[in-house]
Amino acid sequence: MNAAQSRFLLLAMSLLAIFFLYAPIVSIVIYSFNESQLVTVWSRFSTKWYAALLHDDQILRATRISLEVALLSATGATVLGTFAGYVLSRFGRFPGRTLFSGIVMAPLVMPEIIMGISMLLLFVALEAAIGWPPRDIQTIVMAHITFATAFVAVVVQSRLAEIDVSIEEAAADLGARPLQVFFLVTLPLIAPALVSGFLLAFSLSLDDLVITSFVSGPSSTTLPVVIFSKVRLGLNPEINALGTLIILFVGVIATLATFRTVFADWRGRRKVDAPA
Amino acid sequence: MSAPIFSNAQTRGFGRFLAVAVPYGWFLVFFLAPFLIVAKISLSTAATAIPPYESLVSWADDGALVLTLHFNNYKLIFSDPVYLIAYASSLRNAAVTVIFTLLLGYPLAYFIASRSAKWRAPLLMLVMMPFWTSFLIRVYAWIGILKPNGVINSALLWLGVIDKPLDILNNQFAVYLGMVYAYLPFMVLPLYAHLEKLDWSLLEAAGDLGARPARVFREVTLPLSMPGIVAGSLLVFIPAVGEYIVPTLLGGPDTLTIGAALWNEFFSNHDWPVASTVAVALVVLLVGPLMALQNYQAKEEQKP
Amino acid sequence: MDVLRDDGLQPWAEKKVAPQLRISNVVKTFDGFTAVDDVSLDIYRGEFFSLLGGSGCGKTTLLRMLAGFEFPDRGAITVDGLDLLKLQPYERPLNMMFQNYALFPHMTVAKNIAFGLRNEGLGPDEVEKRVKKSLELVQLSTFSERKPNQLSGGQRQRVALARALIKRPSVLLLDEPLSALDKKLREATQFELINIQKQVGVTFIMVTHDQDEAMAMSTRIAVMDKGRVVQVGEPREIYEYPRSRFVATFIGSINLLEGPVIDFGADGSRVECAQWGGPVQVAQDLAALASHHVAIGVRPEKIRLARADDSAFAADNIAEGVVKEIAYLGDSMLYRVQLPGGLLVKVAAQNLGVWFAADEPVRIGFDASAGVAIDK
Repeated sequence: MNAAQSRFLLLAMSLLAIFFLYAPIVSIVIYSFNESQLVTVWSRFSTKWYAALLHDDQILRATRISLEVALLSATGATVLGTFAGYVLSRFGRFPGRTLFSGIVMAPLVMPEIIMGISMLLLFVALEAAIGWPPRDIQTIVMAHITFATAFVAVVVQSRLAEIDVSIEEAAADLGARPLQVFFLVTLPLIAPALVSGFLLAFSLSLDDLVITSFVSGPSSTTLPVVIFSKVRLGLNPEINALGTLIILFVGVIATLATFRTVFADWRGRRKVDAPA
Repeated sequence: MSAPIFSNAQTRGFGRFLAVAVPYGWFLVFFLAPFLIVAKISLSTAATAIPPYESLVSWADDGALVLTLHFNNYKLIFSDPVYLIAYASSLRNAAVTVIFTLLLGYPLAYFIASRSAKWRAPLLMLVMMPFWTSFLIRVYAWIGILKPNGVINSALLWLGVIDKPLDILNNQFAVYLGMVYAYLPFMVLPLYAHLEKLDWSLLEAAGDLGARPARVFREVTLPLSMPGIVAGSLLVFIPAVGEYIVPTLLGGPDTLTIGAALWNEFFSNHDWPVASTVAVALVVLLVGPLMALQNYQAKEEQKP
Repeated sequence: MDVLRDDGLQPWAEKKVAPQLRISNVVKTFDGFTAVDDVSLDIYRGEFFSLLGGSGCGKTTLLRMLAGFEFPDRGAITVDGLDLLKLQPYERPLNMMFQNYALFPHMTVAKNIAFGLRNEGLGPDEVEKRVKKSLELVQLSTFSERKPNQLSGGQRQRVALARALIKRPSVLLLDEPLSALDKKLREATQFELINIQKQVGVTFIMVTHDQDEAMAMSTRIAVMDKGRVVQVGEPREIYEYPRSRFVATFIGSINLLEGPVIDFGADGSRVECAQWGGPVQVAQDLAALASHHVAIGVRPEKIRLARADDSAFAADNIAEGVVKEIAYLGDSMLYRVQLPGGLLVKVAAQNLGVWFAADEPVRIGFDASAGVAIDK
């Protein structure tokens, strides 16, 4: 195989992978405008399933709960994840560091079903012991913070790794106390990572089904729980419309989150390329 | 060098303590402690009560404190073939997922990493976008594609390639497909992170010394990207073993997984102790890969 | 080159004033590796002091201990009698200019420079005045509103200098201040740094691996090797009288002629050197090294070269050999002359239009005052 052939093969396989990633998304969007009840059999263009969504109280209620949970969890996870990422990348060694990085990062890969059952059993045990917490939004938020923090911590940590420690040392050298160093120098420099971390935590929380199923109570059903109960019964044209809206919503957030850095990157590059 | 900013031994103030203690405390309470509770309840037995299990400690008539540990649950999951099959098929699903995400993800990661710097970020975004959008919805979308009257079958029938719909939904094939699809980004990201750091002049040097592209790949690129392959494989394998949504939506009636077994014990049979036992067994199964991942991350951190 | 620093400042020789900065028996280990091994140094007010050594010699660790980013295992560090080890980095009256300048990328040049004044309780007018003066000092007045990434390497270097000087530190620490600049700019900046130092009168302590830089700029140099200070002295002293083979070979180029001391006295000594083909005369009295095995160090530019048949050639030590290698450096020629015993002697000759050919038999010689005995 010569170089041109291997380049072609590489391009072909990459396109295949990208097609694979997008095919289901495209099909959902297309079929959400299908008038037929029979989901996959195309009849004609219609927006009636979107209209139906607006009158589905169960979905509207679940959406409100999901957004509320996502906002609270993303906020909590961002605060906690910033602490954790900062500690992991700037504090060097301290007693218990291995355990610390282990339990902060494990939720990144831990099967959700395990985190779901274990956190529910914790909440049940706590409720038996101290009468708190009731199983509602509070427990969902606590559970979501626990699994989303790791993602924020990773984003923050990798941003901190790009920042030369001597910039923070310079601030200390010029008389800034540790807290001032953090707020005047470190925080402004990692702000873009905090925004991406927050948005990532937000979308993870919005999307979580398994953990939520365990820790939620009857009065706090989130959107994925509703969707899951509907799709288990088979295809549902309303879900296509809802899926399209979610894809649109999260897609806009993701685009904002990444495009900002991409654009800044492109602008910066042009500046460097151009002669001063 | 990522030395601590103030390695000065005297700089261990209250702020520093707080920065460690707050997240540490949170994860001890909400991540580590729950495992101990799960382990405890796995030694109990189901009861019609709230919560639905027997306490391990009780007072006997003569005032003695009695600790009752039931190992029946462990005996059950090690003797009942249903559980053994579930564990085996979960491991198989995860292994197949790792292999195919690697085969599909490596060329993609390599392709992105080999573009000029200004194209890498937009291309990477293109790969990550689906990861941001709803997992549940994306898996659900496959039902519409794979159904007997779905996109693929309709297209093939219309083209005349087949004369009756292919049976590609609610079976093992659909589970593999959905898992590979769902976990692909987890493989691409770490692969890309390592390939991006690759010094491309090494490949040119190998080529300059007379190695053909296949040999350059086998003897230079592949060994240098091995850490990315290891990381990606672990990041896919560990959560894939416990995957619940994909097999439930795309699998058939005979699809048994450990995730579904736990879910059913918990939600359908209300047998919390057995569900806990299944969870403990799954954690034990994952301890090896988890330690490997932790070791790997510690090693990565020490790199300059 | 040390003419540059010829401003009559030699408190270390006079010992009348107390040193400003005292480093006493400082030890620092990392995971069992001794980075700084029992280092003691006295540095005087107004000095431009260089810590010179290869990578891993401990010079940067020593500097970081002065700034407070590393903490010594043992020893003491004082500035003007103040115990530095009791102070946090942000409390120390020293400031540092970082190797890659460590400018705050999110702040303008003016904000970068003003940063150190934040906690001094100055009014905004006073801060502005001092920043303005400081920008003038480094000739960057028109760049005050730029961000660091809109500056050239040389401009960044000057911002870093202005930022580190604005708090009027008693000592300024410079970590490889010129290493990120290209060669031409580096030479111009050497003079600029010296001028600024004279203007502000602050003690400078510079870490560098570049011997030319250290020689050109410093009042004194401490040569470091494997965590220890192996020699401290003025540039001329270090070059002319290296006290060890390490210093002799690390600074500049040198020929080492080995042998035992066979004769000594106030008017000179002799060392029996088989490689040279006989005894070598030196001007020093080597009584203290009687019958020691020593090396006579001779710098290549102090050896003269003549045609084999040049009967007028005279020197205290003369040998005959053959030209083996020639390097043309433009302003000078570098020859390697092989002696009958096999020793290759490096000889640097100014380019005066006299040429020697390869394999040409030649005579080489140097005077007794040109050689320096090295014991260690």
